[in-house]
Amino acid sequence: MKTINLDLAAAAPVDPAVLEIMLPFLTEHYGNPSSGHNLGAKAREALEEARVKVGLLIGAEPRDLIFTSSASEANNLAIKGLVEANKKKGNHIIASSIEHFSVLNQLKTLQRYGFTVTLLPVDHDGMVDPEELAAVITDQTILVSIQMANPEIGTIQPIEQLAALVRGKGIAFHTDATATAGWVPLNVDEMGINLLTLAGDQFYGPKGSAALYVRRGTRLMPQIEGGIQEKGLRAGTENVAAIAGLGEAARLASESLQERAEKTASIRDQLKDSLFKVVPYLRLNGHPEKRLPRNLNIAVEFIEGEALLMRLEMAGIYVSSGSSCASQALKSSHVLTAIGLPPELAQGSLQLSLGKESSAEDIPYITEQMAQVAELLRNMSPLYHKFLKEGQKNAPVQ
Amino acid sequence: MPQYSEKVMEHFTKPRNIGEVAEPDGVGEVGNPVCGDMMKFTIKVKDNRIEDVKYLTFGCGAAIAVSSMVSEMAKGKTLEEALKITNKQVAEELGGLPGNKMHCSNLGADALRKAIEDYMEKEKSAV
Repeated sequence: MKTINLDLAAAAPVDPAVLEIMLPFLTEHYGNPSSGHNLGAKAREALEEARVKVGLLIGAEPRDLIFTSSASEANNLAIKGLVEANKKKGNHIIASSIEHFSVLNQLKTLQRYGFTVTLLPVDHDGMVDPEELAAVITDQTILVSIQMANPEIGTIQPIEQLAALVRGKGIAFHTDATATAGWVPLNVDEMGINLLTLAGDQFYGPKGSAALYVRRGTRLMPQIEGGIQEKGLRAGTENVAAIAGLGEAARLASESLQERAEKTASIRDQLKDSLFKVVPYLRLNGHPEKRLPRNLNIAVEFIEGEALLMRLEMAGIYVSSGSSCASQALKSSHVLTAIGLPPELAQGSLQLSLGKESSAEDIPYITEQMAQVAELLRNMSPLYHKFLKEGQKNAPVQ
Repeated sequence: MPQYSEKVMEHFTKPRNIGEVAEPDGVGEVGNPVCGDMMKFTIKVKDNRIEDVKYLTFGCGAAIAVSSMVSEMAKGKTLEEALKITNKQVAEELGGLPGNKMHCSNLGADALRKAIEDYMEKEKSAV
């Protein structure tokens, strides 16, 4: 059976050109970059070459990049690292309520350590309101952390506008650009941010490759202590092959970013139009225009997401869901709750993430399967039967 | 896909007895959309036996398989026998359910019991 992966943000195959760059650092150029002798020379060069390539993707100086093992680690270095180094200046941290758990869970821990945290609400499209940010800044605020775009609903935040509000106030601005880097042009100077997280596995690099951009003058405390790798901010022998892969993936992404993004967004829009035309009672989650080019998130009314996910898998289509049942924690997505989606709609939400391997040719099959599965599950749904009995008086939200 | 037993997958793929019986003698509803699972059982009773049973389910794979299994287990049983069906037995008949699904999705026997109790209440007030 043909398989169609619409969950490419969760994992995507490494680009063959990236793999080719990586392999020698696992075999012939196996040296340790910290070695004083020549065996480490190629590895050292590879790290610096990768730093240049990643820098070009986000308009950063190579020396301002710290390689980490994951975006989660980069987020931890950014947030815990910054507040530890700056706790004499204040104890207040601001973030949005739809951040990734690698931000939100740290903030819970930091609250236990005496920091004060303000989580900004978002509107129905998932947007942070700059006025709300301005209103909660105090003389104790030391850090604002707001993601560039939400990986689940795709909404892109007005980061430049938000970062401008803290400039000159001695407050650092961190943005988690994990879902964004490689898909939307980024420039750390134009954005006016101090810290930015990105991860290679989001743009055809390997898992376990990520970086934190740290603007000069922004002080951090290391979260992994040991040797003086990565300017002393991240101890541990560098994963040279993964970093080389991240660099090459960044180079390829920079080279083809616009074309890749436009093509993917066009297929995404065609898929959306086709689904909305054929399958009744769908609702788009996230901002209609300001969204990641590869992201589509839809609530399929009257249906629970895990059953939908399983039925689609039986048809060879892989998707992801924000339903409680589909999550390990059995909680529906905090992002869908934050945008005010009623529980029954959050339960039936599907996240579709496209990529460079997505093809418009698959749209008719996806649409047909989605229509069949939706009809089948609706026919056994008490919510759908209730809706039919009560008629259109409680017409679904559009 | 979650780690479900063959029996769960079989019932999820081909659920039995979907729908609502016409002019039901008893109706039982459990769950809510917040936890993610809702079941509505309707039964037809004749000579103290469950002559027909159907269900509507909003929920995950486990919830659908549980509803289907309960409907099969209940059909033809006397009310007393049907009342003895437990959620635990349903899970066993299905070859087990993942641990995190035992609580929220395994509500079929509860919904059936509510439908039988609803029937018994009506009978009492009719006398």
